[in-house]
Amino acid sequence: MTLLKLENIGKRYGDVQALDGVSLSVEPASRTAVVGPSGSGKSTLLRIVAGFEFPDTGRVLFDGRLLADGPAGIPAHKRGIGIVFQDGALFPHLSVADNIAFGFERGAADRARRIADLLDMVELEAAMATRRPHQLSGGQQQRVALARALGRKPRLMLLDEPFSALDTGLRETMRKAVARVLENAGITAILVTHDQTEALSFADQVAVLRGGRLIQAGAPQTLYRQPRDRETALFLGDAVLLPAVAESGFADCALGRVPVDGDHAGKVEIMLRPEQIHIAAGNAPPREGMRVVDVQFGGAVATVAVRLPDASLPPILIRTSGFGLPAPGDTVRLTVAGEAHVFSPVNSLS
Amino acid sequence: MLQDSTAEAFETPWPTGKRTRTSLPHGPVFVLAALVALFSLLPLGFIGWVTYDVGWETVKTLVFRPRVGELILSTLYLEALTIPLSIAVAVAMAWLTERTDIPGARLWAWLAITPLAVPAFVHSYAWVSLVPGMRGLAGGVFVAVLAYYPFLYLPVAAALRRLDPAVEDAAASLGLSPLAVFFRVVLPQLRLAICGGSLLIALHLLSEYGLFAMIRFDTLSTAIVDQFQSSYNSPAANMIGGVLVACCLALLGIEVLVRGNERYARVGTGTARPAERRRLARFTLPALILPAGLAVLTLGVPLVTLGRWLWLGGAGIWDGETTGAMGTTLMLALAGGVLATAAAVPMAWLSVRAPGRLQRLLEACHYYVGSLPGVVVALALVSITVRFLLPLYQTFAMLLAGYVLLFLPRAMVGLRASIAQAPVELERAAMALGRTPGQAMRQVTLRLAAPGAAASVALVALGITNELTATLMLAPTGIETLATRFWSLTSEIDYVGAAPYAAMMVLLSLPLTLLLHAQSKRTAGQ
Repeated sequence: MTLLKLENIGKRYGDVQALDGVSLSVEPASRTAVVGPSGSGKSTLLRIVAGFEFPDTGRVLFDGRLLADGPAGIPAHKRGIGIVFQDGALFPHLSVADNIAFGFERGAADRARRIADLLDMVELEAAMATRRPHQLSGGQQQRVALARALGRKPRLMLLDEPFSALDTGLRETMRKAVARVLENAGITAILVTHDQTEALSFADQVAVLRGGRLIQAGAPQTLYRQPRDRETALFLGDAVLLPAVAESGFADCALGRVPVDGDHAGKVEIMLRPEQIHIAAGNAPPREGMRVVDVQFGGAVATVAVRLPDASLPPILIRTSGFGLPAPGDTVRLTVAGEAHVFSPVNSLS
Repeated sequence: MLQDSTAEAFETPWPTGKRTRTSLPHGPVFVLAALVALFSLLPLGFIGWVTYDVGWETVKTLVFRPRVGELILSTLYLEALTIPLSIAVAVAMAWLTERTDIPGARLWAWLAITPLAVPAFVHSYAWVSLVPGMRGLAGGVFVAVLAYYPFLYLPVAAALRRLDPAVEDAAASLGLSPLAVFFRVVLPQLRLAICGGSLLIALHLLSEYGLFAMIRFDTLSTAIVDQFQSSYNSPAANMIGGVLVACCLALLGIEVLVRGNERYARVGTGTARPAERRRLARFTLPALILPAGLAVLTLGVPLVTLGRWLWLGGAGIWDGETTGAMGTTLMLALAGGVLATAAAVPMAWLSVRAPGRLQRLLEACHYYVGSLPGVVVALALVSITVRFLLPLYQTFAMLLAGYVLLFLPRAMVGLRASIAQAPVELERAAMALGRTPGQAMRQVTLRLAAPGAAASVALVALGITNELTATLMLAPTGIETLATRFWSLTSEIDYVGAAPYAAMMVLLSLPLTLLLHAQSKRTAGQ
């Protein structure tokens, strides 16, 4: 059964079409990441699910209940959907305990115990309860914001870029902690982010938005390996794009003959992730014209730029181990692991 | 004189590299700031000394009598009624203009601030000539709310603009209805703004003389002026002055207690999304009643009455006396503005460039004196000159000294901000580029601080233009400003003759209103 269903959501602000026919389904106890560049409409989508805004067209169904049908619907405070904001949005005039208990029913008898449980759940010490928001670090504020939202026992938790204000190291820790907490509580989550690494590592389902349209939704690995078009490919990570001629499961390109997915024939554009390409070891005979033009040592990972025999193509950047690096000027042989992805012809270069 | 020595101090180079909190850097500036601070303690010191001098028995007979009790009680009633009403009006107006789609929100916002251009005693002049029967507490509260609510509207509207709307969204997602969100989340976050504005109004209510004298409502301040006018150095007036100062200090203390030691700033980083305006829909028309009604009461009534008197008077009421009072006022305003700003320079400088514990104490002296009622400052200066410096009694020097004391905080605010915009690093960069310390100071810091200093002069000058109480008590005989001339004419019930003076005060005050509006926009980062 689907927990949340968005049907053909459209939203316009003046001349700007913020969302255009977006449909998405979210399964119970799953984690969905909505990812897109800024201005892609992802925050608007989240605000429509939360009930802070209403769509011009389309429907929002949650747990069998119709939340919004065009501009009419149920307001946020009657939806029972939790949300954690980018900066936590803690109430600056209340202590941590009062923030967490803010959403409790009036006169809840077990207030103190519930606050303690929630603090424990988000891995904060009980001593934090008396602190004020401005006395907390960024990560602690986000944990309190999560505890506050969890206090209402929502079935769906919306996460509006909650990690983007944190330091890189803390961001990863928090991401794992939040995923763990939500999983233990069996709560469905929707994360909005512009960080593709965050989206890919957090979610079971990733939805890519661009210009208000849903470009592609699916499992992270599917999206990463088989993006619908080159923009999506480049948005989700570095990519090597090459013209090729495909025939019965293989394609001939500047790297030689590589296996490809799908059934394509004729002129196509293929995509490889840089980590699929390796410099062949020692005694393999180098290929004519494949010359190393630049080597950048970066500690654990080094970047090697290799010029292809076809000089009209840009050099390929390969990430490799910092050991046994070739020198600029060396000719090398490149091997490809796994399959290359072929964009469906509509989107490929003619 | 003060200005000359300040300039001299600027010429003295000092080591900019060594800055420690324990030592006293910037020696000469420090001495000057300390002198100004000492001077600003004069009124308080005077009250203390008089209390000690007359002895406990006299204090008891002068203070503990039914008349003083009545005055305290009526002042209390005035505060207790005016403040909550002003808060309600100001918060409702701020919410309507900042957070709803009320038609003409920008216009209403302007109209909410403009009443400040009308001096409080002109407000009551307008109302008394419209409703001659307006008297006593009810009338006092009514006119006071109209004249002073903008002092609350300004900070509350600015705070509303600054609130992070995500916090309100969070409350809604936790199940609060819009009404509950307002009372449990928005209103508590406005507490600092409400406290600050309320304190300002409360202090004005304590020190205001003209407004309440006009509608025959006796407060501590009107009683002091009455006593003063019957005998110049009466212990009775001084003692009521002591009670008034005690009330002031009590107000400051209450505000500190209510405000608490809290931080209501936005917790997160980054910029807040601008808040969405709530749709009034079918409530639009009823909602328009408040701003429109207020505009009629606060601006319409004074302007219509003034216009009517001006029309009735025709050209005949604009005579040589009018221009004379105008000239005197402008001269005093400019001299007072420059003097107060010059007096504030050393402290503003120290508090930015060499902050420390002692400096904070000195700075507090600069600020507290602005919350003293004009009557108390004037009383202290008159009594001191009469006793010790008789040649200075009723001279321009004393009048200007009074202005400096009353408006020192206004001068500080603008100066501090502009000196802070000229960080010491810029001066050091200039020195690294071959300027002497003196040149660096002149070419970089003073240049950057000049607009702030000009704003300070203007703020003080505009304050002086509308100052009535201290001017009445301190001005040399025969010297009339717009305010005092207006006052003596209305005392003779010559409302027609008084109109040109009121009109000129309003005109001169309009720029202040524009300045305040611009400032509140800027603090909100817009």
